[in-house]
Amino acid sequence: MVIVKLLKLQTRYIPLLATASVFAILYSIGLASFSHFGSLRVFVNLLGDNAFLGIAAIGATFVILSGGIDLSVGSVIACTSILMATLLEKGWVPATVISMALLFGICFGAAMGCLIHCFALPAFLVTLAGMFFARGLGFIIHPQALGINHPFFLNTIGDNLAIRLPHGVEFPFTASCFVVALLVAMAIAHMTVFGRNVYAVGGNEQAAKLMGVRIGSAKLMIYTLAGFFSALAGVVFTFYMQSGNPASCVGLELDAIAAVVIGGTLLSGGVGYLAGTFLGILVLGLIQTLITFHGDLNTWWTKIVIGMLVLVFILLQNLVTTMTKKGIAQ
Amino acid sequence: MKKKLVMLGLLAGVAALSMLLTACGQDETTKKKLVVGFSQIGAESAWRTANTTSIKDEAEKRGMALKFSDAQQKQENQIKAIRSFIAQGVDVIAFSPVVETGWEPVLKEAKRAKIPVILSDRSVEVSDPSLYVTFIGSDFVEEGRRAGQWLAETTGGKAQIAELVGTPGAAPAIDRKKGFEEVIAEYPEMQIIKSQSGDFTRAKGKEVMEAFLKSPEGNTITALYAHNDDMALGAIQAIEEAGKKPGKDIVIVSIDGVRGAFEAMVAGKLNCTVECNPLIGPQLFDVIENITDGKEVAKRVVSEEGVYDQTQAAKALPKRKY
Repeated sequence: MVIVKLLKLQTRYIPLLATASVFAILYSIGLASFSHFGSLRVFVNLLGDNAFLGIAAIGATFVILSGGIDLSVGSVIACTSILMATLLEKGWVPATVISMALLFGICFGAAMGCLIHCFALPAFLVTLAGMFFARGLGFIIHPQALGINHPFFLNTIGDNLAIRLPHGVEFPFTASCFVVALLVAMAIAHMTVFGRNVYAVGGNEQAAKLMGVRIGSAKLMIYTLAGFFSALAGVVFTFYMQSGNPASCVGLELDAIAAVVIGGTLLSGGVGYLAGTFLGILVLGLIQTLITFHGDLNTWWTKIVIGMLVLVFILLQNLVTTMTKKGIAQ
Repeated sequence: MKKKLVMLGLLAGVAALSMLLTACGQDETTKKKLVVGFSQIGAESAWRTANTTSIKDEAEKRGMALKFSDAQQKQENQIKAIRSFIAQGVDVIAFSPVVETGWEPVLKEAKRAKIPVILSDRSVEVSDPSLYVTFIGSDFVEEGRRAGQWLAETTGGKAQIAELVGTPGAAPAIDRKKGFEEVIAEYPEMQIIKSQSGDFTRAKGKEVMEAFLKSPEGNTITALYAHNDDMALGAIQAIEEAGKKPGKDIVIVSIDGVRGAFEAMVAGKLNCTVECNPLIGPQLFDVIENITDGKEVAKRVVSEEGVYDQTQAAKALPKRKY
């Protein structure tokens, strides 16, 4: 009995360990090939440059854990960023602008969650509609990229809130946002009733219902939370770019989903960890960094390598699932 | 046992991946070689590809190490690439910004790391111009002036002009119009009687020219000024379909100097093209060498560009790279 339990426990962690080893291997390749690769700056860049993608992937993790999907992420980020730039241009206060942006994301997510639950519509289609809607809305707010000249963005976010590290390296505010968002999300997923409900709904919706989980409110909450994280990603994206652009982040949701899958979360729901998603983001960032460092390789190789990794991880997940089932059968 | 198999399979996959990457990764220990990081917008047009090739070829010719990164049309990729260049400690960074805004933080970072930055082909909006050393690229106003000058000389200062404008709001469209109008203003018998956007595309250029020709003033048009070659090539089709001879009944001048324009000139259908040169590799690396040698560099370097008419077209055509 004990052995079976141990085996089960360990198989659950295999994808996570696999992601960690991929990261370790890629990092060692970088260290072996390039002289500056081991510098602190490279690692800090990894967090800072991928912060908005990481936050988007956190939202995507919740949705995928619950067995759903959210295709609107990239468009919501673009829409939030141009909304913020436009409001700041009109002279609004940064605090109000950021709150408005987050509120927009929450309402947008809640509306999608509502449609998905109340009319029993597939999440894929509802969020696809959301994707088109938010993209269009962004272009209606302002048709081109718009720079931000507000001192809060230029100085406070850009310089003052950055943490000074040795060797002249700065830990940017966007990276801090990412780390805090990750910790909060982990607490929500693993320490709250809502978090357990997410896993329950994704594992087996029928069983969850019989156990007394209120599926409706859980789903509404999940998409609202995802909307919030998309908008937060948009806010961090705006900090990062110091401008808003309605055309940005096309297809970003797919990168986020790739990070979640590489992080070991099952696309069918119920199994996975935010820590895995974090590792998945680092792996994606590392691939891009390696290719830029190399400097002679077509950057489109990034996509090929990501495609291969996603495939490897889906095969791995398949294996793990069959093994777990056999373990239970025994 | 099975677990081991899984781990083995996984390791094999990862090993295959890492082999792919290491096979391409060379050792960067060669010192003293000047390292230049270049972040390109993407590969959206023949012009852009010619621009990329010119830069890569020139780096190789001068024995400099070039770190080239294609941003796939995304600003965030360009920012990441520039950050990576800084982390790698390259000697000079050059890039063609995909949009004008949002460069302040990353350029500040480059400045703190004491790496000079060169803008190529397009400019940026920053509050502090010391964030970049120089901007190398075409002077669109001058291109417009040259087109106007050529037309004035060829027609003896007499023309009823139709104008195909580029994408509204785009810098080349605004500037090429401005430069052309500046010159035309000096010739009282030259007038722009029709002006509309053809969006820099061949299809739209044809459509707008058709409308021009069908309008009441259609028969009085003696010259056409197109903001780029593609629109002129579209307009040529429209003129032919209307039963007129492009290049004879209507004198045509356009800008860019793409291969198709030279072919049209050889066929006698286009009269003149003002070059907008993507082959700025040599100039870019001249500037880079000046910077690393500690010499003064002008804040604005205009790329070297020519004006080609039918007499030179046949000779120049085989040499056109884009």
